[in-house]
Amino acid sequence: MIAIEYLPILILIGLGVVFATIFTLAGILIGPKRRGQNKEMPFESGLPSDGLVGQRYDVKFYMTALIFLIFDVEIVFLYPWAVKFREMGWFGFAEVLIFMVLLLFGLAYAWKKGALEWE
Amino acid sequence: MNEIINIAINILLDPFIQTILKIVVIIFMFVMPLATVLTLMERKWSAMIQDRVGPNRANLPFADNFRGRGALHIAADALKSIFKEDFIPRGADRFLFTIAPYFGFAAALSVFAIVPFAAPIGDFTFQITDVKPGLLYIFAITSLGVYGSVLAGASSNSKFALLGGTRASAQMLSYEVFIGISLLGIFMVYESTQISVIVDGQNTYWFGNLIPKWGIFTQPVAFVLFFVAMIAETKRAPFDAPEGESEIVAGYFLEYSGMRFGAFMLAEYIAIVGVSVLMVTLFLGGYHIPWLHLWESAPQALVTILQILKFTLLSVFFCWLQLQIRWTIPKFRFDQTMALGWKKMLPVAMANVLVTAIIILLAN
Repeated sequence: MIAIEYLPILILIGLGVVFATIFTLAGILIGPKRRGQNKEMPFESGLPSDGLVGQRYDVKFYMTALIFLIFDVEIVFLYPWAVKFREMGWFGFAEVLIFMVLLLFGLAYAWKKGALEWE
Repeated sequence: MNEIINIAINILLDPFIQTILKIVVIIFMFVMPLATVLTLMERKWSAMIQDRVGPNRANLPFADNFRGRGALHIAADALKSIFKEDFIPRGADRFLFTIAPYFGFAAALSVFAIVPFAAPIGDFTFQITDVKPGLLYIFAITSLGVYGSVLAGASSNSKFALLGGTRASAQMLSYEVFIGISLLGIFMVYESTQISVIVDGQNTYWFGNLIPKWGIFTQPVAFVLFFVAMIAETKRAPFDAPEGESEIVAGYFLEYSGMRFGAFMLAEYIAIVGVSVLMVTLFLGGYHIPWLHLWESAPQALVTILQILKFTLLSVFFCWLQLQIRWTIPKFRFDQTMALGWKKMLPVAMANVLVTAIIILLAN
């Protein structure tokens, strides 16, 4: 039963894949092919490409990923409560309030430590 | 003759055939035309805002140089990008480079799987499928879209593309959180994550028949937060630091050319349509027309047509609104984008959830 409900989604994703394949193949099959040393260089506004791409980059991106993980998991916990919170009443609300305040402390800590600054 | 009609009716009654038909109609008669027209609309509208004429040169030489006020540019753009050279820069990861556009496309298209276009008639729904998780499915799908930008940026062997890809990953991940939290209020008001339940919940009224309980009235803060977060998720101006035309040229899809570039562009416009239909479905009553139930003798067919019309018009309005926002609001720097999200939207969204909970619990 579940499978039938989700089958159209698979079909739609398949349709997206078919579209992208047509687009890719159309370019490969119909477009011209003229290779050249300079053309194959990565584009950097006309300057010769210098250095490697796989360099280190800002640790901020890892920090953002970490904060994202914390808050995304938080939301996952909140979904069941949001749908059923009328039945859980004030007791459920208090529990979620404690949970959220703890996480807000986490946010405040990250904020104070400068994890949210992008200078 | 009657037998043939009977067979045809039986085929049409088959749920699987119906699903296929719905997909064909919704994708090929609503989403794709709207997305392709938007590519031209964007250029025309920006031209109007900037006091230019905009694209108007494409013409049909054999038909008296017919130009159609630039409408032919839709076809001209498509033909042009097909006949352009498709190339992959040296040192790029060819496999990842090839599959990156697939993610954006599949993610953008599959949003439409759960959007209802009109009220169901009997067993027949105007919705491709009504999965129980509903919006949770949308969250899962929008997360998939991140892979497209990140893989494109990382596989191109270009520094600009890598910068764009990392920015895209940080921005899209962050704004996913705000999308999730802002919609918590909607889940609380309508007590479900299933789209059909949320849409039907918006068909009730406050004060007798005075104000419809649309998402925009029950959750005005969530309306703004969700719209902003969704625009950031499509990476369009004012949140276009991952593409950053003035600094990193085109960001994560910089090295894409020809039709593969076209795939990224079309996926972006499909995503715009996706944002619009979600806004209408969640915050503007979906297909429900307010106060129409007062007209009790309304013929079913007319009601359905009006509902589809209302849904389409409002969707087009939101598409236009996104174009308007893109061309009127100056872009944010990347640090401003992130600060707006984590320092302003997150606390506001969480406060919105708590206030909603308190109000509803007090009202009970």
